Amino acid sequence: MKRIDGRKADELRELEIEAGVLRNATGSARVRMGRTIAVAGVYGPREMFPRRLQKNEKATVQVRYTMAPFSTDERVRPGRSRRSQEISMVAANALEAAVFTEDFPKASIDVFVDIIQADAGTRTAAINAAAVALADAGVPMRDMICSVAIGKIDGTYVVDLAGKEEDASVCDFPVSYMPNLKKVTHMQMDGNITKKDMEEMMKLVVKTCEKIHKAQKEALEKRWLK
Amino acid sequence: MSDLLKKDRDFVVPGEKLVESMEYLPGRNCFRDGDIVFAKKMGLVNISGRVLSVIPLNGIYMPARDDMIIGEVTDVQSNGWVVDVGAPYQAYLPLSGIRGYLDSAKTDLSKVYGVGDMIYGKIKMVSSTQSVHISMFDRMCRKFSGGRILKVNPAKVPRIIGKSGSMIDMIKRKTGCRVVVGQNGVVWLEGDCPKTEEFVMDVIKQIQDNSHVEGLTNKIEKVLDSGNFPARDRVPDEGVEYEKD
Repeated sequence: MKRIDGRKADELRELEIEAGVLRNATGSARVRMGRTIAVAGVYGPREMFPRRLQKNEKATVQVRYTMAPFSTDERVRPGRSRRSQEISMVAANALEAAVFTEDFPKASIDVFVDIIQADAGTRTAAINAAAVALADAGVPMRDMICSVAIGKIDGTYVVDLAGKEEDASVCDFPVSYMPNLKKVTHMQMDGNITKKDMEEMMKLVVKTCEKIHKAQKEALEKRWLK
Repeated sequence: MSDLLKKDRDFVVPGEKLVESMEYLPGRNCFRDGDIVFAKKMGLVNISGRVLSVIPLNGIYMPARDDMIIGEVTDVQSNGWVVDVGAPYQAYLPLSGIRGYLDSAKTDLSKVYGVGDMIYGKIKMVSSTQSVHISMFDRMCRKFSGGRILKVNPAKVPRIIGKSGSMIDMIKRKTGCRVVVGQNGVVWLEGDCPKTEEFVMDVIKQIQDNSHVEGLTNKIEKVLDSGNFPARDRVPDEGVEYEKD
């Protein structure tokens, strides 16, 4: 089977990661997956405001995901939307599972992710960028987080859905995965699949996340050791 | 000894396996899960005997007892000062933390340390509830007047200071600049003329950007020797305006 952009079924889009792109953030990263571009900035750990939201025994990971007005072919209304709030929450949960929040009681780790250009898979790109930005900021973590979406088109499992593929797929299955600890921190599913489908898809997730992890590490090494 | 998965000074990202054995202990910025030792932060592996640790390349300052820090006074209260030390927690300098007796009812505390003053203090206590107390009892503690403030990456402070102060001593000796490095990544410096100060700031930034390079002290020594700046006793260039306190 050949895909719209000529990729193989288990092939990622062109993946480009650059760490340390924002000067004023503690850590930052830009991730490009095909035509989807996400920029993430991490601030902190820093004092948390409003103070009533502080947790006495651990830090809070706050994520704000936004899409730039010019990121799609139709203008996106700037600011929070139902969709961006959902993705912010999902990303925060996916990242918090990996961060040693207990090392910074009461503090907050603020992650801001902006989608500069969108072509499906923005949440996975956002999580990949945020993970690199967190590591770049020197935040203690249990593992890196790699995220990828799997779909099923005409009975074939396809990795990293792009553009129109998302509409043709019977399901959209984004997963965030810690490759060293072999644990899943986030999983969503939209569509209709069987148990067997899911097992096959998880195998693809594991395989693909190893590739993403390698790219993430290379980006950080390039940033700090030149 | 061959079961180590990483060599000394290897670059690691969080979650990378360092060793799969109970023979080794997880040190700074490492953690153990089962019998595997993982890296906790991005950095360089450091192996010393049976202890594995990671030297971080970036990070924020976490206050620890007995650290000498440079902080900015952000608020004056009835019995002390609130100081920003660049940590996730505010630090507090109580009246009991300064030398001599001060009657808070009769003195205006902002005359002692006002908002915006930079002070060199010592972390006296970090409680389990993350309240940080500073004291000014140490001989070195003081309020800065004049000079410049430079903020550097707190993870690079040990490199700027060097082994038992070798790097910073060399900078001071060669440029005649007065430099104080706080553990929290704030550097105060004052030279005889603005040119010297700018040169020293540039050198410190170079140390920060090349902290992973081996033999850095020698390289910096060359930079300092080639530096074109008026030495301590020399009369500064004409036309360069500078203030003396």
